[in-house]
Amino acid sequence: MIYFDNSATTKVAPSVLETYSKVSQTIWGNPSSLHNFGEQAYNLLEQSRQQIADLLGVKLSEILFTSGGTEGDNWVVKGTAMEKRAFGRHIITSSVEHPAVHNSMEQLAQLGYEITYLPVDEEGRVSAADVKAAIRPDTILVSVMAVNNEVGSIQPLKDIATVLQDYPTIHFHIDAVQGIGKGISDLIFNDRVDFITFSGHKFHAPHGIGFIYARSGKRIAPLMTGGGQERNLRSGTENLPAIAGMARALRLLLTNEETNVANERAVRGRILNHIKDFPKVTLFSQDNDHFAPHILCFAIEGVRGETIVHAFEDHDIYISTTSACSSKKHLASSTLKAMKVPDQISTSAVRVSLDENNTLAEADAFNQVFDQLYEQFKKINS
Amino acid sequence: MQYDEIMVRYGELSTKGKNRKSFIDRLGNNVRGVLHDIPDVKVHPDHDRMHLTLNGADSALVMKRLSNVFGIENYSPSVKVDLDQALVDQQAIDMVKEQYKPGMTFKIDTRRSNHHFGLSTYEMNDHLGGVILNAFEDIHVQMKQSDLTLRVEVRNNGIFLSSQTFTGAMGMPVGTAGKGMMMLSGGIDSPVAAYLAMKRGVQVEMVHFFSPPYTSQQALDKAMELTAKLTAYTGKIRFIQVPFTKIQEEIKEKVPEGYLMTVQRRMMLRLTVALAEKRHGLGIFNGESLGQVASQTMESMLAINDVTTMPILRPVVSMDKNEIIDVAKKIDTFDLSVLPFEDCCTIFAPPAPKTKPNLDRTREFEQRIDVEGLLEEALAGVKMTEIHPGETFLNQQEDVFAELL
Repeated sequence: MIYFDNSATTKVAPSVLETYSKVSQTIWGNPSSLHNFGEQAYNLLEQSRQQIADLLGVKLSEILFTSGGTEGDNWVVKGTAMEKRAFGRHIITSSVEHPAVHNSMEQLAQLGYEITYLPVDEEGRVSAADVKAAIRPDTILVSVMAVNNEVGSIQPLKDIATVLQDYPTIHFHIDAVQGIGKGISDLIFNDRVDFITFSGHKFHAPHGIGFIYARSGKRIAPLMTGGGQERNLRSGTENLPAIAGMARALRLLLTNEETNVANERAVRGRILNHIKDFPKVTLFSQDNDHFAPHILCFAIEGVRGETIVHAFEDHDIYISTTSACSSKKHLASSTLKAMKVPDQISTSAVRVSLDENNTLAEADAFNQVFDQLYEQFKKINS
Repeated sequence: MQYDEIMVRYGELSTKGKNRKSFIDRLGNNVRGVLHDIPDVKVHPDHDRMHLTLNGADSALVMKRLSNVFGIENYSPSVKVDLDQALVDQQAIDMVKEQYKPGMTFKIDTRRSNHHFGLSTYEMNDHLGGVILNAFEDIHVQMKQSDLTLRVEVRNNGIFLSSQTFTGAMGMPVGTAGKGMMMLSGGIDSPVAAYLAMKRGVQVEMVHFFSPPYTSQQALDKAMELTAKLTAYTGKIRFIQVPFTKIQEEIKEKVPEGYLMTVQRRMMLRLTVALAEKRHGLGIFNGESLGQVASQTMESMLAINDVTTMPILRPVVSMDKNEIIDVAKKIDTFDLSVLPFEDCCTIFAPPAPKTKPNLDRTREFEQRIDVEGLLEEALAGVKMTEIHPGETFLNQQEDVFAELL
């Protein structure tokens, strides 16, 4: 099996699973319990938090655990709206955000907040100048993703950070679910960012776990209220086995980041260079520093995306229509739409997304199948 | 840059006349203490300065440790080159290059103890100034308040160059002021008080009262962890834990509620005094700040202080809470101090303790308990530990956890 759908989810690393299982069996106390057994769980929780903070070069208290990327995005967007509603109700975001951000914005719009959706260029990137032009006195939040989940473009986060230096009260949120471990940590952890969303299962941690970075001194209202866990900001008994597993997965991810990124870039390059010259292929991702190394989005004109996915699947190769979340709804990709790609082409788009374990041999196997399918599809799209 | 030597300049102690030699010896030992796990470093406490020969040890790590040692005014890392003018010139260029910014000013400051080597002091200043001016495009000589001072020391065993000077922790070498007992609860104030006492040269021994099962093991671990943090300034600290359960129970049972706290503090003070006498301590230190809580009013201090004539020193007495917190954050004890484990000061705390206890009534109520018997029993149960830098108590499973993470 060749798995090229790592932006949808990744395989849990064996050693992470080992941690998960050991913690579940031996340190299963409630970190909030007073007794020693609970205390042990609390210590492991805090040591996991410390390790994540150290790996990212931030403070212990700036890491808050969540159930994943969707919760993180919802929390920062709605938590900012609640916390800062007295100061303003205007929010700026891009038109290519993940639905976890986009639909949170839509919900806020129904409650009377005003949302500015910034346009993107043909690479799927917003411009810092547009951010600046959109800022109003009542703007409370700018939320921009690090790496687009459908085409892989990297947003100009540093330029946006520079613009926002002049507006210190606006919360700056980065959805880095697709960006962690992809060689752009200097962009993500820029001087100005206030909140960053991460999801564990995108880097070989178990499902149902994630975390946000929240800069010291920047406040958002909690969405989960209850027993007061996570410094009273995110109640709910901590998912300790998954948290410890995620701490380990992050260490593994970041230990050889440079080599991994180079590998992903090479594998993607092998595929990209092979398919780019076919007349019916349109590429939406490029091999330059505007794109993350692990995502390749392309279309074969005249063939529906889901047809391509299933055709590859028959060869035991797993890719995806542009995003797993919307793929079952038969919707044209929202990112491609924002990039002004005509519907008839965007419905033919598919996404190859890699992780550090994919190999050049897999890329070659993919290319062979691609040639075969391209010939086959000629019958329907010539 | 990898340095060969660090030169340490002494602080206030240079003015201490006849005691100077013992002060310097003590400082040398304290420096050795914080570097105990880096055996390559050789410490030479000479009478005007201290030289640390690194022998390949990581200079950044050594300087980080040095920055905490009291009695040091400042220190400069230096590079040693052989007695050869060409080597000196090249090293001078390399050092300036590390800090070079266009438009900056500099001066050369040469000292010679070796008067046989080549250029004279004045000639060396002049020559190296020329070398630097030629090597860099936009740099200027300025004698006063220059951006960079390149120090050159010509000695018999080589020539030492340094371009940076870092401020030390100031204060007096720990131990030069004698020994004192520190009443360490685990809150924010007492670690700060301990730090300030050490800064003035006191060798502190921590006295911690614990009352199981009313206080938890974590509260004791926390106090030990705090002590471990403070070893960064001295090398090692003795930790004395005193069992206090029986005394607290007796007081709770027999003394009126308003005077619980006052009598309890008197018992703690008596115990600390007894320990000080036994261990040749010269005074007692605590973290009391005037007016902060009921036990810290002038009236309370009078009623509590009544049990001894030994000096009780309160380093944070006049500091505001915020000022204390600032220091606690600086010495990295704050996050530990705010961990929510109940200590012996907070349990049995009455809802309304007397802020102005009456001395006569305090003495009268105290007669209801067997003071001598209780003291004797508590002292018999004292446990002492030596705490070293890097030890950890609160999260002892850390190594086990490391395998999981």
